[in-house]
Order: sequence, then structure tokens, then C-alpha cells
Amino acid sequence: MLKVDNQQYFHSVHLMEDKCKGCVNCIKRCPTEAIRVRDGKAHIIEARCIDCGECVRICPNQAKIVVADTLNELNGYKYNVALPAPAIYGQLREGIDPRLVMAALLSIGFDHVVDVAFAADLVGKKIREAISAPSEIRPFISSACPAVVRLVQVRFPNLIEHILPVLSPMRAAANIARNQVAEKTSLDLKDVGVWFISPCPGKVSAINEPAGTGENTISGAIPIAEVYPLIREKINHCPEELDRIVADSKPGSGLGLGWARSGGENQSIGGSRQIAVDGIHSVIQILEDVERGKLSDIDYIEAQACVGGCVGGVLTVENSFITRRRVRILATESADRLDGVLRDKIACEALENEDWFRHDKPIEPRPTLKLDDDMATAIRKMEQMEKIVEDLPGLDCGSCGAPNCRALAEDVVRGLANEMDCIFKLREKVRQLAVEMMELAEKAPPAMGHVEKKAEIENAIGEHSAKAEPDTNK
Amino acid sequence: MHFVFEVQGGDFNKAGDASSKVKKILQQIGSDSAVVRRVAVACYEAEMNVVIHAHHAFVTLDADINQVMIVVEDEGPGIEDIEMAMTPGFSTAPDYVREMGFGAGMGLPNMKNCSSQMEITSRRGVGTTVRMVFDNA
Repeated sequence: MLKVDNQQYFHSVHLMEDKCKGCVNCIKRCPTEAIRVRDGKAHIIEARCIDCGECVRICPNQAKIVVADTLNELNGYKYNVALPAPAIYGQLREGIDPRLVMAALLSIGFDHVVDVAFAADLVGKKIREAISAPSEIRPFISSACPAVVRLVQVRFPNLIEHILPVLSPMRAAANIARNQVAEKTSLDLKDVGVWFISPCPGKVSAINEPAGTGENTISGAIPIAEVYPLIREKINHCPEELDRIVADSKPGSGLGLGWARSGGENQSIGGSRQIAVDGIHSVIQILEDVERGKLSDIDYIEAQACVGGCVGGVLTVENSFITRRRVRILATESADRLDGVLRDKIACEALENEDWFRHDKPIEPRPTLKLDDDMATAIRKMEQMEKIVEDLPGLDCGSCGAPNCRALAEDVVRGLANEMDCIFKLREKVRQLAVEMMELAEKAPPAMGHVEKKAEIENAIGEHSAKAEPDTNK
Repeated sequence: MHFVFEVQGGDFNKAGDASSKVKKILQQIGSDSAVVRRVAVACYEAEMNVVIHAHHAFVTLDADINQVMIVVEDEGPGIEDIEMAMTPGFSTAPDYVREMGFGAGMGLPNMKNCSSQMEITSRRGVGTTVRMVFDNA
């Protein structure tokens, strides 16, 4: 639906050309060097973009936008299910019970709600089992954050086998939703819309282009920011209406809810040989260490592209430091709900089935670094690139449209840019040309009367060169 | 293809920079990911040894379509007993280094496992040179 023709990969992050001023803020911030400025506008190199949303965050002109679904899409289905990401609960003021938010979703047009925190409770249990089993691979990397999964595919293809092949809570929630809908109604599944209420562009892309699952069970993603004002309105002004529907919803426990913030996933899994890392640039540092074999004493890495975890997603509304606190409080208050979640009929069935939470498709690498398919050519380009880098000023100013001098050199050998795109190289060249022009100007023909002052020179056969007269014109 | 990187002894902040660069170069020329990984791990271990034990070193990377060679040439105390140093678990790293999680005595054995050929020459009080060869298939 959102996919543009001849696009190789799906992306939710797009550029509003008329707003882009061609400043270099986004190219400098992008963790995969996926943006170049050309003709005064930012261009995203599709194969490299991981939809982390960093450029959306940094753009001073709001030219980067996230294209997601809207509530209007619900009209295309007979029955609609909302899958609210746990991050949504932290958006509302303190004291609002998650059940009230679920009820509010039902009152704004959805027919059924499956709390993603509920699925997270089950996924946490499955991850615990998976990492307790003996394995050569250490550490495992969480597959919950799609931007991190894509980062591994693009920049760390060596680490793909480290991604734990357990479904993300979002996928698990979608499967639960299908089971529940089938039990409750006699509808054909193609008439059922399943909508993730998303905190980030990464999830939007992951829905349209799943990694690790073959069949897509989610219809689309609707930003938290879009449903937030409607939900707040309902909670503030129609509490009686919500009270009537609230009983129907099955919220996750505090542990599941905790997935909304960095560290919550590890808490839900339990154990101590785990680390939590948030913010895409910090994630890159940790993955570098994993590649060096440095973290083999760690079992599991909870890695999230956004600072603070999902509550820091660009499709949320509240400041992430405030929402982190709210999520923590909510998680503590609902800690005792876990037993209820685990006793649920569908949850029990899912937990007993060995394959229910497993990825059914391998995650493919998407390496983008290779300079050429032929290694000999690639080596030649590499050498050429190194020479160009030595020649560039090394200021990494971004004026050429590439994020740094090395990236420009790479673009040059790939045939995508020119050395003279460097403003300093260009000025140097202009200066050289100016000097040459001055020299040429001095060499005006003697007939014009401006002859250089030169001592008379006698050549071997006794001829005299034109004798320079003292310049009387000056 | 020939590259040289400098490594400063005692500089734990920059430790890993050279091996990261080596890794990226190999990825860019299209080396097999298993090869990239072995070279990166071995190079990182060698670089850490310089940071922990030596004063200064040059890491050189030479690669063609058949093989990758890493030479780490340091100025430092040298290795007293190379055979002993190759024993898994043997380490002369000082306590403060071990507290940082390094110096477990697995560096040299790891490097040997990762490479298809490894030679160490060392002169006491002068320095150590480690030469590692990898098949670049």
C-alpha cells in the first residue's frame, strides 16, 4: 500500500522536498551514512536506511516525515483490532490505568484490543527459555527493535546469527489477535484489520517488510501521536462510557508493560548476564564489541534504537524522560498481574507450542559496504579511495553533501560524486587557475608593449633575445 | 593494498580503532563475512596486547584476493617466553588491566586459532612483531 513502485526496500521515513533546505544536519546524524545532499535536497540511499528516525528527530525544518497509516484505513475492514505498544501508557497523565486506554481505543473505532504488553509477558518467558538452552552463540541480540535488526542486516551482517529468532511482542500480539478473533467471530481473516499503535517508524517498516516471519499478520501501523488526542479526549470527557467497556480488556502485567522503556525487556526476562543499550549510536558501539568477540560472557543484549527505549520513539508525544518514570510506576503497580496473564487460555496454548514464538524465516543480510562485486576491482577502488582521502582536508564539514571526507571519497570511487564537490578542493583549484591566469597575463606578446624585464641573453650562436627596455609606462 | 595504522600503548579509549578500520576495509573489498570476523577478532586481540603491554605499534594490513596479512610491530618490553605466552590462560597483564576485564591470557591462543598462520618474533627490551596470515576466500 505505501510501497512506491520500483523501490527496493520499504521505508516509512520520507522527505518533504519543499521543506528541505539542504542543510547537513541529517547526513551527519545518520548512523548508516544513508543520506546525501544533492541539488540542495537531502536524498536517502534506500538500501542503507534503517528507519531509525534519527533524521526525523534532528531535522530543523521538519522536512523528514514518517509515512504511516491513519484511522481512515479502518473503514476498509469489517472488524478492527488495535495492538497498542506499551509506550502508549506512559503518554497519559499519572494514575490512568492501562485498561482505560484499551477501553478508549475501543471507543474510537476499534472492535477488539490485544495489549502488546500481554504478548511481551509471554515473549519474555520464551526468551528466557531460549537463552537458557546451550548454544555456541553468545551474546544473543533482541529482535524486538526493528531498527536494530535492520542495522545488523546492513552494517553488521556477521552478527545476524546472534539475533534471537523469537518473535517480537508486536508479532506475537498479532498472532494472539488472530486466534481471539477466530474464536469470537466467524469472520474471514481478510476482513479483519490488525493495527499496531506504533511509537516509531521502525515498526511501520517492519510491518510492511517483516524480518524473520514469512506471513504478514499485521495490516498496518498507526502512530501513537495520531490516536493520543482522541484517547485523551475520551478519558477526560467520557469516563462513564469507558467504565462500561473496561472489563472486556486483558492488559499485560507490569513486566510486559516495562518493555516500553530501556531495561524493561531484561527485567521481564530475568537473569543477570544481560545488558540493555539504548540510542542507535550506543548500539553501534556495543555491536562493534560483539564483533570483536568481547562480550561472550553476556547472554542477551536488549538493544533499542531510541534513547530511553520505545518511549523515546519519534511517533510519541510526551518527553521520554517523563514517560519513562510513568512506565516505571505503572509497571510496579501492575506487577502482580503476571499470573493472570499466564493462566489465559490462548497464552497457555501458545506457550506450550514449541514453534509458536519462533521465527519461521531466516533474517537475510543486506550488506551495503562492498565497493564492487569483483574483489580485484574493489581492492583497486579501495586504494584509489585512500589516495583521495589523503588529499581531502579531513574537516568532515559536509558541504559536499556527504557526511564526511571518507564518505565523499567512497562516493567518488563509486562514480557518484566528484572530488571537486569538496569546497576546499574547489577553492584550491580556483586559486591555482587564478595564478596560472596571472602568469599568462604577464606573458602578453612584446608587440603590445608590456614586456617582462629580463636581462639580455646571448644564445650559443650569438643571437640576442629581445632586450627588455626599462618599463617607462609605470 | 597496503594500510598502516598506529596504536598507542596504554590508550584504552582508542583501543579497537585499528581493528575496526581493518574490518571495514575488508567489508568494503567484499571479503567473506567469516574471514572478516576472524581477522577482526585476531587484530583486536593483537591491538589489545599493544595497549596493555607495549609503548607503541604499527598495524599493517596487506590484502589481495588470495590472502590477508596483518603485521603488528611494537616497541615494548618484548615477550620473555613465547611458548609460555601461547599457553591459554597464561598472562602477565597487571591487576588494573584484569580489573578492566582484559588480560585473561587468551589473546595469543585466540589469534592463533583465528589465523591460518602466525609467527611471533620478539626481542627483550626492544619489541615484538606478530605476523598473521588469513586466507581471503
